[in-house]
Amino acid sequence: MYDFALQRPQSLNEAIEALSVEGAQALAGGQTMIPTLKNRLASPDVLVSIGGISELQGVSETDGTVSIKAGTTHGVVAATVESYPALASLAGNIGDPAVRNRGTIGGSLANNDPSACYPAAALASNASITTNKRTISASDFFMGLFETSLDEGELITQVDFPVPDAANYQKFDQPASRFALVGVFVAKYGNDVRVAVTGASEDGVFRWSEAESALAGNFSSSAIDGLEVDPESMIEDIHGSRSYRANLVKVMTKRAVAAC
Amino acid sequence: MSTVTMTVNGKSVSGEVEGRTLLSDFVRNNLNLTGTHIGCDTSQCGACVVHVGGKAVKSCTIFAIEAEGSSVTTIEGMANPDGSLGTIQQAFQDNHGLQCGFCTPGMVMSAAALLEENPNPTETEIREYLEGNICRCTGYHNIVKSIQAAAAA
Ligand SMILES: Cc1cc2nc3c(=O)[nH]c(=O)nc-3n(C[C@H](O)[C@H](O)[C@H](O)COP(=O)(O)OP(=O)(O)OC[C@H]3O[C@@H](n4cnc5c(N)ncnc54)[C@H](O)[C@@H]3O)c2cc1C
Ligand code: FES
Ligand code: FES
Repeated sequence: MYDFALQRPQSLNEAIEALSVEGAQALAGGQTMIPTLKNRLASPDVLVSIGGISELQGVSETDGTVSIKAGTTHGVVAATVESYPALASLAGNIGDPAVRNRGTIGGSLANNDPSACYPAAALASNASITTNKRTISASDFFMGLFETSLDEGELITQVDFPVPDAANYQKFDQPASRFALVGVFVAKYGNDVRVAVTGASEDGVFRWSEAESALAGNFSSSAIDGLEVDPESMIEDIHGSRSYRANLVKVMTKRAVAAC
Repeated sequence: MSTVTMTVNGKSVSGEVEGRTLLSDFVRNNLNLTGTHIGCDTSQCGACVVHVGGKAVKSCTIFAIEAEGSSVTTIEGMANPDGSLGTIQQAFQDNHGLQCGFCTPGMVMSAAALLEENPNPTETEIREYLEGNICRCTGYHNIVKSIQAAAAA
């Protein structure tokens, strides 16, 4: 790992200022960033740790919305979110306890790993992602593999999830990395059903719109029996072929609907 | 280089570190507390688990400067003040919860965090909690038995 200066601002304003410098990058839980630095896939001059900023910590629940500050760890989300159990359970199944004690929701969304869990929850819930500059709807946030609509130096501060009538996340673990080989998040808001898929596509998290339409008319797992996912754009690697992943998307969607 | 100060196993310590100095390197190289093992250095194996502010973390995946002002416990802090083995450590010895012993510091630190959160875990809860701690030797059965014994002690 190349060396860098590590700063620990105590307020959001100081952090934004520190991040405006060329070559500066945010450090949240470090559970992605530190392995990336070790591999020399990133070489910032300055790392701005946001871990000490109390304005970026905590969960609040008001009628119909769960608001999570960007620096809140997966462990805290799992232990505190009450009104959105599918979201709490997703957070509680990320990695392992030590990873959950450090990794944050802001870091997970900003990183947009194609196999990460939170992007599926954010997209299926059409969460609002607030930064120091603006609020971005989840539908406009994820731009493909490891790409988001965040600008250089822009910091996520809070994520707001509208609480659905019913929801479930099904994760098929990749047992070595503990990420999702395929994960499907189903959320139902009245007659509107949203199905977000992670781990499967070469373009990152996506909504399976055919399943959404079928489920809007008939919210039961049999509604997707006749659908097929096109394997063409699926990820293929040593853990699974394109067609294996395409099939898993369907199986996990059915399980998520059945568990709603 | 900058100076970092924290409490490790109840004692206030400080040392000179670079931005990139990992907490695992700080405790092993600056403090000579070599009980914390580095297995993978890629956040996978859990041999390096210590507690920071009472929470289990992989010390290879946090910078020393991030622990500034925190209270840190390493495997050395699990022994009794007279140097004899602490309850969890003794349970690992009594139940043959280790073979080569490389994973053991991390196992004991994860077990301590689990028992803090959940003093009477089921076998399934123990196995789930150890998801991030890899052992190449034991097959885990005696590790689980050791933690059950520590919970009952
Ligand atoms: C063993 C292991 C298993 C894991 N398993 C899973 C899993 O099952 N599912 C899963 O989803 N993830 C998994 N992860 C990843 C984990 O959830 C990470 O914590 C997460 O992806 C990154 O969050 P972080 O807070 O650690 O961010 P960091 O690593 O600190 O940062 C990641 C990136 O986000 C940027 N960033 C951080 N915070 C912000 C912010 N507020 N605004 C803008 N940019 C920001 C950083 O600059 C950096 O580019 C695993 C990680 C490990 C090590
Ligand atoms: S050495 Fe830290 S997780 Fe393996
Ligand atoms: S006892 Fe050898 S790795 Fe666990």
